[in-house]
Amino acid sequence: MLTRTLFSRQLFAAASRPAVAPKAASAFRPVLFYQNRFLSDATRQAIDKAVASAPVVLFMKGTPETPQCGFSRASIQVLGLQGVDPNKFAAFNVLEDQELRQGIKEYSDWPTIPQLYIDKEFVGGCDIIVSMHQNGELAKLLEEKDVLVKGEEGAAEEQASEKKE
Amino acid sequence: MADNQEPAITEDFLSAALKTRLNAIHVEVTDMSGGCGASFTSLIVSPDFVGKNSLKRHRLVNAALKEEIARIHAWSAKCQTPDEYAKEKAATGGNDGPPMDGTNAEGKVEGVAE
Repeated sequence: MLTRTLFSRQLFAAASRPAVAPKAASAFRPVLFYQNRFLSDATRQAIDKAVASAPVVLFMKGTPETPQCGFSRASIQVLGLQGVDPNKFAAFNVLEDQELRQGIKEYSDWPTIPQLYIDKEFVGGCDIIVSMHQNGELAKLLEEKDVLVKGEEGAAEEQASEKKE
Repeated sequence: MADNQEPAITEDFLSAALKTRLNAIHVEVTDMSGGCGASFTSLIVSPDFVGKNSLKRHRLVNAALKEEIARIHAWSAKCQTPDEYAKEKAATGGNDGPPMDGTNAEGKVEGVAE
């Protein structure tokens, strides 16, 4: 599985200035003090791009090869077990980029990492991913979105037809 | 938000907060803090979850515990309706509990601290 680090360097640097909380209200953008100031427009756009970069996107700590947290590891394992096609998968390491790490929590309105997106829709964190894996919902969703490695589906069908006989 | 100390986040505190704020009829909170920082996992049974999908249930919990979750490092939950809880308890012989995915053999989360 590929880790795209494009977020932390190229894409992000090109797309934005560092996010700075505005000190004073301007005519066009009043400061809302109760809102978290971390998610600038530029950050939001960069995350939009990340979320759209592949059918299955995981924001995690560490990389798929070396996860840096038990929850991220468990999530990667589940995606592997489900047979997600590596060509349809992108992982973003939030430990590499503080703005991503804070921004994704605002963007998803979700307090923790890892975060799974399928087809640009937020699915959940580790506990949701695992429970969907256990009850079959995840397999169904991944099949619907056609993101599984082709061989896997064939094998599953063969097994199913063997059982029927 | 004056000069009062914020309450310490413990299993009991989270459990009580969930019962009050979410009409939970049964709550189990387990501390699984490891190298990462304060981590808690929970099983929450509440009629408030009826008719909501998994994500919506979690969002309800996140909203109810917004301030607390912001102060800890990691949070996991299993959200069940009273019916689902009864069924799973029967199916597992009473072994239904908070999700322990992501933890090691001692039931702790390992990971890089912030």
